[in-house]
Amino acid sequence: MPDDKTIHLKIKRQDQPDGKSYWEEFELPRKPRANVISCLMDIQMHPITREGKEVTPVVWECNCLEEVCGACTMVINGKVRQACTALVDALPQPIVLEPMSKFPLVRDLHVDRSRMFENLKKVKAWIHIDGTYDIGEGPVIPEKQRAKAYLLSECMTCGCCLEACPQFAKDNDFMGASTFSQVRLFNMHPTGAMEQEERLDAIMGEGGIADCGNAQVCVEVCPKKIPLTESIAEIGRETTLQLLKNLFLK
Amino acid sequence: MAATMKLCEDKAKVTLVSYQPVKRSHSVCAQGGINAAIDTKGEGDSPESHFYDTVKGGDFLAHQPLVRDMCYQAPAIIHLMDRLGVAFNRTPEGHLEFRRFGGTLYSRTAFAGSTTGQQLLYALDEQVRRYESEGQVKKLEWHEYLSAVLDSEGICRGAVLHDLRSGEIFTVKGDAVVLATGGPAQVYGKTTGSTVCNGAATTSAYLQGAKYANGEFIQVHPTAIPGQDKLRLMSESARGEGGRIWVSRKQNDNRDPLNIPEEERYYFLEENHPRFGNLVPRDVASREIHDIVYNQKLGIGGQPMVYLDLTHHSEGFLEHRLGGILDIYTKFTGDDPKKVPMKIFPAVHYSMGGIWTDYEDDGNGLIDHKSPRNQMTSIPGLYAAGECDYQFHGANRLGANSLLSCIYTGLMMGPGLIQYSRNLTSHVEEVSSTVFDQARDQWRGRMQAFKQMNGRENPYILHQELGEIMLANVLIVRENSRLAKALTQIDDLEIRFKDLQCPDTTHWSNPAPSMIQQLHCQIQLAKIITKGALIRNEFRGAHYKPEFDLNQPEDFDPHEYVEYNEKRQYGEIREDEFPPGHTSYMKRYEECNEKWLKTTIAEYQNNQPEISFEEVNTSLVQPRPRKYD
Repeated sequence: MPDDKTIHLKIKRQDQPDGKSYWEEFELPRKPRANVISCLMDIQMHPITREGKEVTPVVWECNCLEEVCGACTMVINGKVRQACTALVDALPQPIVLEPMSKFPLVRDLHVDRSRMFENLKKVKAWIHIDGTYDIGEGPVIPEKQRAKAYLLSECMTCGCCLEACPQFAKDNDFMGASTFSQVRLFNMHPTGAMEQEERLDAIMGEGGIADCGNAQVCVEVCPKKIPLTESIAEIGRETTLQLLKNLFLK
Repeated sequence: MAATMKLCEDKAKVTLVSYQPVKRSHSVCAQGGINAAIDTKGEGDSPESHFYDTVKGGDFLAHQPLVRDMCYQAPAIIHLMDRLGVAFNRTPEGHLEFRRFGGTLYSRTAFAGSTTGQQLLYALDEQVRRYESEGQVKKLEWHEYLSAVLDSEGICRGAVLHDLRSGEIFTVKGDAVVLATGGPAQVYGKTTGSTVCNGAATTSAYLQGAKYANGEFIQVHPTAIPGQDKLRLMSESARGEGGRIWVSRKQNDNRDPLNIPEEERYYFLEENHPRFGNLVPRDVASREIHDIVYNQKLGIGGQPMVYLDLTHHSEGFLEHRLGGILDIYTKFTGDDPKKVPMKIFPAVHYSMGGIWTDYEDDGNGLIDHKSPRNQMTSIPGLYAAGECDYQFHGANRLGANSLLSCIYTGLMMGPGLIQYSRNLTSHVEEVSSTVFDQARDQWRGRMQAFKQMNGRENPYILHQELGEIMLANVLIVRENSRLAKALTQIDDLEIRFKDLQCPDTTHWSNPAPSMIQQLHCQIQLAKIITKGALIRNEFRGAHYKPEFDLNQPEDFDPHEYVEYNEKRQYGEIREDEFPPGHTSYMKRYEECNEKWLKTTIAEYQNNQPEISFEEVNTSLVQPRPRKYD
């Protein structure tokens, strides 16, 4: 039985995208300051289940381990979050690890979030500059506006908001909070605003902002505390104006 | 990504290969900022001062025209990144804000909150995405670079890639290949680096015959938060606000730190450095902590950790002055540094060394940006940029110069790459397909062999042991006996490598064969670092060998050396022309530079690095002793 000297992990595994999922349990020696990542690393070194069965090491995604890259997002004890900040001492046991359910599964805890990056293309989430040559300074931007933009630009495309969103599903085209928030970010920038209309047009169709059910869970799970619902409200207003413009002026 | 953007602007087609979505790359970890001498505060800063600070910080081991060119380009780079939408902090008037950073007297560091690296990376990622949507960039994320494809003349014609999901191994063709693969942190196991910083791509180039340079110069940051999975930085500002570093005077003391009475606490930095106390420079602090833990065995509970204590301050004070960084500590340890002392330890942070690359100066102390030689490795057509090259930081890197060097190299090399492609007498389409087929088949065989390894050793455990060898012997304080021992230990590990068991033999999304291939590279890289450190018998920058310390007199003023050199032109200098001991010190310094002010070059021969030395370009500023107080 797990006690204060061991960690009990229950991991949902799946060998390939079209395979069947199954559960495996591991019992590891408890180490000071362990997090979910270090547990998974321990399993790599000793890939043996609780029952003593030798298995393949668990596959998951990670990189920075400082909660700035977004890679190690998974569902831990039912809540979507990054594994690097999931400290073992703060989690009730057994610690249950599952892959995010809203993205195509690759293997074990590793999912494919390409859809998020594709959406960034659709909404032109960039500043279109003339070129990289030295043409002088950028636009003057008030610090207050900069601070607001900074909050939004910390989005690490981790997918927490989409995993939690009741509207976002594998079989629909809903873009979701992170994409809308990026539209707001680039529309806020003096140069980015020059492509504002194209961005708003891109989120008017199917899967766009009108499909948001206003459940507001996105903002609760965002690890960077990005004001996602505020972004949705603001972009919603902008889209309505754009819609009217499109109706009357085109 | 800066190179990709620059090349796309010149209408080149680029295939971008990355383990993960490029947006998740290691640069996201850089917090502090990026340097450029724009002098917005009337302090008299200039690119020339930035250049001088950088070469001096690097103990004169960097080629000067390159560093100078970088510093002259820096203001334009900051303006470009600003135009790309980076949320740099602003002044009340809405212009770029700059702050001070280590190693300089000027406000030269632009920053975007506490995640400058992330913000710069995102801006470049967005530009690359724009070119991707226009069809100029093809992204191969979830792919691994295995090696360059070399034709019969040894010219790089493309790369062998590994699809990390399907396991397929294939080649891509190109007129040139650029490595922008970051540092080799994983050689040391747990560091401040990300998990992808494994050094495999540059080592692969070295194994193919490319030169590796200055491998032994590894920067260690004194205060990091130990973790089971990685070490995270604790900002120097904690000490700036009065943080005290201490350990118990008793070995293996497991008491709660709050129960250790004042008289049993050893504030070793304060005792050993009464003037500077806890604010000694980074290298000194790292060396002292290392000594306490490994020689005096006074680490917390016998573990490699010491206390960094802020609990003598009120919670209100700490919240106001250090709130953000203390939150990071709480987030990753669960402990509140306002209530209990933090546990910290130095951590491997950055590699000044890397794959050797070339440059061409313009004869005026700057770089000829059109030259195809810029950033080219010793394999024609294979280029490198960023932390994975070696050219910009000499023996020690200054804070906020890494993001600069990485964007600078990417942008600077663009025109030269285009020129290289234009100059090629035969283009990649004319190269025989057997060149590519052979490279592919060779790697298919190798990776298959890794996958079929059926011995007794677990590769992840072996990797951990490699890190332990390097941390114990090739870190802050370097002794030849230990370095020699480490080389033997690495050789032993290499023998055990042959007895690995691949823990996963499935066919889909199996990271184990890649991990084994990376481990193979890391063993080779560990040899480069360790052998370079063993041979270099001096103390320069981050490479500290107490045995060869020149013992700079305490009252020495570096300007004396300028005078010394002027006088020397007129003949031998008498001992009494400078304060006692200074002339002989300067003679020692001069002799040391004659012998060791050189780039270490490692070349792969008979499974070992052969070490040789190359001249450093010091044509612009005469090297002089640094003062370390």
